[in-house]
Amino acid sequence: MAVLHTTNKSPLQTRDLESCLRLSRSGCGILLMEDAVYGALKGTAESAKLAEAAKARKIYVLGPDLAARGFTPEHLVQGVKVVDYSGFVDLAVEYHHVQAWV
Amino acid sequence: MSGMEENEGGTDKVKRFMFLNRKAPYGTIYALESLEVVLIGAAFDQNVSMVFVDDGVYQLKKGQQTKDIGQKNFSPTYRALEDYDIEKLYVEQESLEARGLTADDLLVPVEVLPSAALGALMEEQDVVLSF
Amino acid sequence: MKFGILVNEGPYQHQASDSAYQFVVAALAKGHEIYRVFFYNDGVNNANRLVEPPQDDRNITQQWSKLAADHGIDLVVCVAAALRRGIKEEILAPGFRISGLGQLVEAGIKADRLVVFGD
Repeated sequence: MAVLHTTNKSPLQTRDLESCLRLSRSGCGILLMEDAVYGALKGTAESAKLAEAAKARKIYVLGPDLAARGFTPEHLVQGVKVVDYSGFVDLAVEYHHVQAWV
Repeated sequence: MSGMEENEGGTDKVKRFMFLNRKAPYGTIYALESLEVVLIGAAFDQNVSMVFVDDGVYQLKKGQQTKDIGQKNFSPTYRALEDYDIEKLYVEQESLEARGLTADDLLVPVEVLPSAALGALMEEQDVVLSF
Repeated sequence: MKFGILVNEGPYQHQASDSAYQFVVAALAKGHEIYRVFFYNDGVNNANRLVEPPQDDRNITQQWSKLAADHGIDLVVCVAAALRRGIKEEILAPGFRISGLGQLVEAGIKADRLVVFGD
């Protein structure tokens, strides 16, 4: 029963995303929201880890948080999907439960 | 299967609740207020487990002495959890090892699980409350 | 689908309450039901009707109150966490009520999904 994980802090600053990746399983979804959207950007010291994780997981980024921070979908690691709040709701419905890495 | 049991007098199925604790005690209030939810949650006859990951494992460290920081030492409460029928305490092995700790450093018996097994357990939950 | 929402951070200091609000608005727009929004930890500060943000900023407490009025959403503030932080009946914004932690556990039981917004 696949889980939607949510994480909200930048992996360049905290290790929350790292723990989320360590404990999440293939087939799960991970939504990067709030400051975690920085973790979805290409060209950072953390990009490669996310790209690797994306091979077995679906990675989503919350578009309004991305835009608020001055980035657009073209700045994202390949394979990351952008959703809005409505899409976030759809994901919460689609997955079995939602687990926050706060 | 325990997940399909019914509550007395109700039709709701028993849910699997996991309390995910990832923060150290005292520096912030999350550990203490998480524990307060667990104690209340025990009265609802659900399938409750507590999980300690990352700095959350420090919540269970033996020998906490809080007198000189002016806060109450709430760590003995973890030992009382079995009186509330919460006997499932899981600690992530990688988190313990990363901090140079073993189960002997903890003030209560726990089940130490590697991340793969703990990740599988997380998938079996219905509700995860993160603090 | 029925959603339960847990908000663990106060307004303004952290985005958690804003994110929770946007999620709830989106869920309602899609025809979902919000079973309850539970405010815990510093999240209880969202219920303080005395907040006065600058005029060009959003009033997070009023946003929640309006949602409660327009959609009948149950906004519950944890009594223990509230008393710790001086949030009492006399400063409670419209639509909020103070109750016990059992309301959070019950939301976990009754809702199809519980979504946590915190630090």
